[in-house]
Amino acid sequence: MEHIVILGNGISGITAARHIRKLSDKKITVVSAETEYFFSRTALMYVYMGHMKFEHTQPYENWFWKKNKINLKQGKVIQIQGAQNMLIFDNGETLSFDKLIVATGSKPNKFGWPGQDGKGVLGLYHKQDLETLEKVAPNNTVCKRAVIVGGGLIGIELAEMLRSRDIPVTFLVREKNFWDSVLPAGESEVINRHIRNHHIDLRLNTNLDKILLDDQGAAKGVVIKETQEVIECSVVGLTAGVSPNIQFLKDSDIETNRGVLVDDHLRTNIPSIYAIGDCAEQRTAIGNRNPVEAVWYTGRMMGEVVAQTLCGKPMKYKPGHWFNSAKFLDIEYQTYGWVFAKPKEHEKHFHWRHSDDTKCITINYNKDSLQFIGINTFGIRLRHEVFDRWLTQKKDVYYVIENLREANFDPEFYAHYEAEIKTAFKASHTVHTLHTN
Amino acid sequence: MKYTEHNLSLTGGNPPKSLTTSQKFAVVLGLTGLGIFILAITNYNFPNKSMWLAAALTAITSGIIWFSLAAYSHKTEGIKNDGVWFKSIANRGVWAWILGVVLTGFYIVLYFYPQFLGLRNEGDNTGLVGLFDPLSKILSGNPASQWFVYGTLYTIAILAFGFKFFLKYKHNRYEKLRTISVMFFQLAFAFLIPEFMARLNSDSFSLPYYDLKNIWPLNYYNFEQYRVDSFISAGSIGTGLLIFGIASIFIITPILTYKYGKRWYCSWVCGCGGLAETAGDPFRHLSDKSQTAWKIERWVVHSVVVFVTIMTTAVVHSYLGNDSSKYWLTKDLFLIGVGTLLTLVFALVMLFKRKELAKDAVYGAIGYFTLIIVLLALHFFGSDGNLFFFEAEKLRASYGFMIGAIFSGVVGTGFYPIFGNRVWCRFGCPMAAILGFQQRLFSRFRITTNGGQCISCGNCSTYCEMGIDVRAYAQKGENIVRSSCVGCGICSAVCPRGVLKLENDSMNGRINSNEILLGNDVDLMDYVNQGK
Repeated sequence: MEHIVILGNGISGITAARHIRKLSDKKITVVSAETEYFFSRTALMYVYMGHMKFEHTQPYENWFWKKNKINLKQGKVIQIQGAQNMLIFDNGETLSFDKLIVATGSKPNKFGWPGQDGKGVLGLYHKQDLETLEKVAPNNTVCKRAVIVGGGLIGIELAEMLRSRDIPVTFLVREKNFWDSVLPAGESEVINRHIRNHHIDLRLNTNLDKILLDDQGAAKGVVIKETQEVIECSVVGLTAGVSPNIQFLKDSDIETNRGVLVDDHLRTNIPSIYAIGDCAEQRTAIGNRNPVEAVWYTGRMMGEVVAQTLCGKPMKYKPGHWFNSAKFLDIEYQTYGWVFAKPKEHEKHFHWRHSDDTKCITINYNKDSLQFIGINTFGIRLRHEVFDRWLTQKKDVYYVIENLREANFDPEFYAHYEAEIKTAFKASHTVHTLHTN
Repeated sequence: MKYTEHNLSLTGGNPPKSLTTSQKFAVVLGLTGLGIFILAITNYNFPNKSMWLAAALTAITSGIIWFSLAAYSHKTEGIKNDGVWFKSIANRGVWAWILGVVLTGFYIVLYFYPQFLGLRNEGDNTGLVGLFDPLSKILSGNPASQWFVYGTLYTIAILAFGFKFFLKYKHNRYEKLRTISVMFFQLAFAFLIPEFMARLNSDSFSLPYYDLKNIWPLNYYNFEQYRVDSFISAGSIGTGLLIFGIASIFIITPILTYKYGKRWYCSWVCGCGGLAETAGDPFRHLSDKSQTAWKIERWVVHSVVVFVTIMTTAVVHSYLGNDSSKYWLTKDLFLIGVGTLLTLVFALVMLFKRKELAKDAVYGAIGYFTLIIVLLALHFFGSDGNLFFFEAEKLRASYGFMIGAIFSGVVGTGFYPIFGNRVWCRFGCPMAAILGFQQRLFSRFRITTNGGQCISCGNCSTYCEMGIDVRAYAQKGENIVRSSCVGCGICSAVCPRGVLKLENDSMNGRINSNEILLGNDVDLMDYVNQGK
C-alpha cells in the first residue's frame, strides 16, 4: 500500500489528507510539530479574545482521524532525504514515504531589527505564539503597552486582540495608509479612521529602528526610525508579513527560492515530492496571483488539487477567479476578482463610501471595454457565487451596478445601499452613459 | 522566563474579567429587588404590598437595564464576545453552578411546593404570592397564584434581558426585530391577554387560561377534558378558540413553517424561545456540539413527540363517547382519524422524501408503528379509559410531571448556566421536533453558505445554541438545512467573513453538498461535484 506522508497539519495538508482518503485506501500520515490536531489558524485570535476556547478552533472531533484512518504523528522534521524517500526527525527517528506533500506553511518575517529575538517580541502565527502572548500580555497590568510593527492583516488582528484586554497599543505602519499596498486609498483611509476609533495609536509613515531590551533580555521599548522617539512597551508584535517556512530544506536536494518551487501540478523537482499552501512557490505565476500565495483559501484549493493528482487523476493547479476576505476590527472585507491599490493601465475605479464611514465599495473595470474586473466591499456582504458567475460571463460594470442587489448577502432586514451606489455611479459616469447609449 | 514569572506572581496573570464599578452597582440594585422577594418568602409582612412589589420589580428591571447600558452603550457596533470564556458565570465556573442551583431550586419549589411561596387554597395568600396579589387583582381581578408570580418574573426577564440583547446586537436589524417580536408576544400574548380574558369570565361564561401562541404539543394540556368542555360551553367564542387551537397546529403552523422555517415560532414567538434568546443568551455557547449529543438529541426529542401523541390521544379518547347520535366524534372515529393522519404523513414522507431521510427512515418507521399499535390497543382495550394498564389520566400526569415540569422547567431553564440555553428546545420540545421535521423536509428556509469563503474558524458552531456544528457545513460550502435550527441568526452575526445568511428561497438546490468549493478550478469542480 502506497504511503503518503504530509508534512504539516494546516488547512492545505489536512485538505489533501481528507481528499486522498475519499479517493483511495492509501496509507496517510500527517506530521506536525505544532499541534496534535488540525485547528483553524485564522481563529487563534478568538482564543486570546475569549470568544472561543482552543478546542473550538478544531474543525473535526478527535475521533475523526482514527475513524478515517489518517495517522497523526507529532514530531519535528529536520531533514528530507529525497533520494531515499526518507524524513529525519530531530530525535533521530526516521519515516519513509512513497509520496511526500510538503505543507509547512509560513513563519513571521523579521528584518534584522536589533532586539528582534528578545523576550516579549513575537509574531502571531503558530499556536506557540498565542501561548507566549498569553504569558507576556495577559492583561494591562502585566503589559502596560504593546507596539505592533507592520500594517497588514495579522497586525490589525493582533491590535484587536490586545485591545480586547484593554492593553494600550501603538501600531507602527510603514506605509502612508493602512495596507495601502493592497487597498485603494479611499478604503485604506476608512480603515485608518476605524483603527483610531478603537483607541489604537496608529502611526503611519513610521518605521521601527530597533527594539530596546533590558538587562534580562526582555523588551522594554522601541525606537522609531524617523524621529528616534522611544516608546516604552513590554510586548512587541512583529507582523510585517510572512514567508515560507522552509529553512529545514535548505540543505536538501529540493529546489527552493522564496518557497519550495513547484510546477503546475504542484510537483517539486523530485518526482515523489509535492508542495502546497503557503510554503509553495509557483515556477510560473498564475495570472495576477503572487507565486507564493499565503492565503487560507489557496492552501485549501491546492490540497484539493494535489489529492486528485496523487490518486491517479493528474490535475493542474488552475484556481478560478480570485477571492479573499478579512475583518478589520468591526468591518468585514470581501473581494472578488482583482482590485489593485492603484488602477493599472486601462483600468478605472469607482469608489462609493457610506456617510457613516464604515461601509464602502470599490469596483475596478476596464475603462475602454467597461468589463468588470473586480470589487472590494467593506461592511456589506456580497455573494461569492454571483460574482464568480459575473466574472466568468465577463459582465460589464453597468450590469454589475444595475444588478448589485442580486449579489447582496447581508442578513435579512439590513438596510440596502444599491440605489445610493447606483446614483453615485451615474453621477460620476454621465459621459460613459451617453457613450454606451 | 524570569521576567514574566515576576509579573505573573504580582498579578496572577489573568485576562481581565471583572465587572466595572457601574455594573457592580447595577447588580446590587437588581439583587436588592430580589432581596425584597426573599423577605416576602420568609413571610415578612410588608405594610404596603403594592408599593414594595413595585419597588422590587423596578429595582430588578432597572438593575438589568443599567447593567446592560454599562456593558454596551459606550462600545462600537459589532460582535461583543470579548472574554466570554473567561467569565466564571459564562464558563461553568463557581458562579454558574451557584446560579444553576438557585434556578433549579426555584423551579422545584414553584412546581412542587408552591405553599413555600405563600400559595394558600383557603384564605389570603401569604409570602411571595401574597406580595403579587395587588398586581394580579389589577389585571385579572383575581388573587395571584404561583403561576402569576412566575409569569410576571418571566415577562420581566424577557423584557429587561431583551433590552440587553438589543444593545449587544444594535448593529443587526434581524436580531433587533426578532427581539422586539419575542418581547411583544411574551408581554401581550403570554402575560396580559390571558389575564384580561380572565376578566371576561363570569358564572355563566368561562374560558380556560389560554396563551394563544402556545400551541399543542408544546401546550400539551390544550385538549384535556376540562378545557374542551370549557371552550364548548363558552359558546361561539370558546368554539372559535378551540378551532383556533386545532388550526394552529394543522394549518397555520405548516404554512408559516413552509414559508419561513420554524424560526417564525421558535425564535420570534415562542415564550420558551423568548427566554432562551434574552436571559439565556449569555449561555448560548455552552451547548454540546459533539456528534454524540446530536444522536441523543434525535432519540430523546422524537420519543417525546411519540409520548405526547400517545398521551393526548389516550386522554381525548378517554372522555369521548361511543354513541354517534349524542356527539358526532366518537372514540372509534377519533382513533380512525388519528390513524389516518399518521398514515398519510408517513406515506407521503416515504413516497417523496425517502432519499433525504435514508438514514432516519428506520427510526421514523419505528415511531409510526409504535403509534399505530397504541391506537389499536386503545380501540380494543381502551373502552374504560385505560391504555394497556395505565389510566389515560395517569399517563397525562406523568407526562406533565416528567416533560412539563422536570424537563422544560427544572432542567430546561435551571441548567442554562451548565448546558446552555436551549436544552429544552433541543432535547425535549415536541413542538420544535414537529416543526423541525417539516423544516428539514418541506420548507423554503435554509442558511446559505457563501461559496468558498469559510475559514473554519468555529465562531458559528461555538455560538449555536442548538449545538449544530454549523462549521461542518460551511467549510464544505454546503447550505445548512437542519431540523433543529431555530433561526436565531447568531451564526451569521458572529461570522467574521460574511459566510452565512438565513433566507427563504426555492426548495430546489436547497441541499447542495460540495466536495470542491467555489473558487477552485472549474474543471475540477465539475469533475468531482457532478461526477460522483
